[in-house]
Amino acid sequence: MSDLAGSPGAAGHDGGTRRDFLTLSAGALGGIATVIAIWPFIDSLNPAKDTLALSTTEVDLSPVQVGQRLTVAWRGKPVFIDHRPPAEIKAAQDVDVASLRDPQTDAQRVKKPEWLVVIGVCTHLGCIPLGNKPGDERGPFGGWFCPCHGSIYDTSGRIRQGPAPLNLFVPPYQFTTPTALKIG
Amino acid sequence: MAASSSGAPSGASVNYPAGRLGRVVRWIDYRLPFVETLDNHLLNYPTPRNLNYWWNFGSLAGIVLVIMIVTGVVLAMHYTPNAAYAFDSVERIMRDVNYGWLIRYIHMNGASMFFLIVYIHLFRGLYYGSYKYPRELLWILGVVILLLMIATAFMGYVLPWGQMSYWGATVITSLFSAIPIVGQDIVTLLWGGFTVGDPTLNRFFSLHYLLPFVIVAVVGLHLIALHQHGSNNPLGIDKRGPQDTIPFHPYYTIKDMFGLCVFLLVFAFFVFYAPNYLTSADNSIPANPMVTPTHIVPEWYLLPYYAILRSITFSFLGIPAKLLGVIAAFGSILLLFLVPWLDTSPVRSARFRPVYRVVYWLLPIAVIALGWVGANPPTSGVVAVGQLATFYYFLHFIVLMPLIGKIERPRPLPLSIGAAVLGRTGSAGTAGSTETH
Repeated sequence: MSDLAGSPGAAGHDGGTRRDFLTLSAGALGGIATVIAIWPFIDSLNPAKDTLALSTTEVDLSPVQVGQRLTVAWRGKPVFIDHRPPAEIKAAQDVDVASLRDPQTDAQRVKKPEWLVVIGVCTHLGCIPLGNKPGDERGPFGGWFCPCHGSIYDTSGRIRQGPAPLNLFVPPYQFTTPTALKIG
Repeated sequence: MAASSSGAPSGASVNYPAGRLGRVVRWIDYRLPFVETLDNHLLNYPTPRNLNYWWNFGSLAGIVLVIMIVTGVVLAMHYTPNAAYAFDSVERIMRDVNYGWLIRYIHMNGASMFFLIVYIHLFRGLYYGSYKYPRELLWILGVVILLLMIATAFMGYVLPWGQMSYWGATVITSLFSAIPIVGQDIVTLLWGGFTVGDPTLNRFFSLHYLLPFVIVAVVGLHLIALHQHGSNNPLGIDKRGPQDTIPFHPYYTIKDMFGLCVFLLVFAFFVFYAPNYLTSADNSIPANPMVTPTHIVPEWYLLPYYAILRSITFSFLGIPAKLLGVIAAFGSILLLFLVPWLDTSPVRSARFRPVYRVVYWLLPIAVIALGWVGANPPTSGVVAVGQLATFYYFLHFIVLMPLIGKIERPRPLPLSIGAAVLGRTGSAGTAGSTETH
């Protein structure tokens, strides 16, 4: 430092001093280092590897009869699998999409028309709708009925009445064989 | 020795920002003196101008305490305090939790670093007489912090539920069985059962989470006591006026930051290149109540006390060896409470005490010897060294400290910190100019 110790603020070329530069660059590097140091602590709160390893569910569909509904667990949540009879498929396909709150055609929601796969969590506030067990109330559209606040879903899992804003979510899935389903 | 008259400056000297911001800050400060306290105790806080690098270790210890609490809180989110799951949950932290290995290694090695720093801090205080009038309570609070740290570290070491966790817990809690008549009942109470087990693990986890916050509280008291009369300094003489001090900021903030960077290099070396160097491989074996490891050792920072415990192999005055060993091990720490009164010399700094300055070094040598003894199996030679070092440890405090203060002739003290640092010609007018490089 060329300036006198008693005048550390002496002006440099552009009005800033060498000390200003050192202070700013040290502060910037310190800030970056702090953010880098904080990241591991934040990331440690994300799902751990063993949790992620449990993130797929495989289902054997061969014993499921037409008209039967099945509940499986995926990532700790219920997934509804509906082996839809032709009447249900037709009902789902015949709806005027423009009249829906969350417009989606049935074809956008299934990979095979006879298999509907949706996450069984009401999009309103997270309750599990009724309708997947024999004898359950299914609501006027033959799909699902949420007992918490009265949301009603059709045979494509689309919201038709009640407070829920969105259709039941479709999880990522694929048919590994014609009768084997892998969710996640 | 008169108490220093230059306490913290009054709030009137705070430089509040101008304009609206200044009015807001004044409004708050009038009700809750936040900026004023910051200014009086961190920014303009008058600090002896001659502090050397041994004075870095106090703030460093505070920073490590924060690191330990932050990593500990995160680890507790992933840890399961149950004898059946504890070991596996720690392995899960190491293998599955994102950056769990890093956070746990910081916490593990942070404990060692914390003790290293605090021991250096303690020996600095012993060399420069920082415990003497009017800082006796400051010193005593420091010893309380050390005791809390030992308890916290011991209970933390039990949590991974490895072999050394389990048997360390068994051995240390069994120390209390040496207490006559009620000893075994106390041990059962500590265990919550008939061996160290699930109830023991649960209560240790609870207390391991609690005690660091107690340490924070005592550190607060330690700082209040420190700022009552300000830091001691290498000359051990009181500051008498502005020519003896410099503001804490920027001079000591920058010095502490530099020390922190050097420390972080050492810390990072252990965390990234030798994370298990300071711990025992036996603790990677799950706890087994049916098999004791052949060689039980505590972590390095507890080895000297452990060596004192093992060195007492004889009964004395009708006190059995087992009880006497426990008394000696605890006594070696409790003795520190009395140091302000055991040292009879009116001079603080060893720089001006020709005899103490030499004899002082025998204490760290004895403590390091005890550490070596504690780490090795108790063969006859090792025990002999341990007994010699134990004898010297107590001799140092109980006999030599009072005696040297009486017979030693101290060298003349400088008139003031400013005069000693700046030379006789130094004056308050040029005080700022010598500290730039």
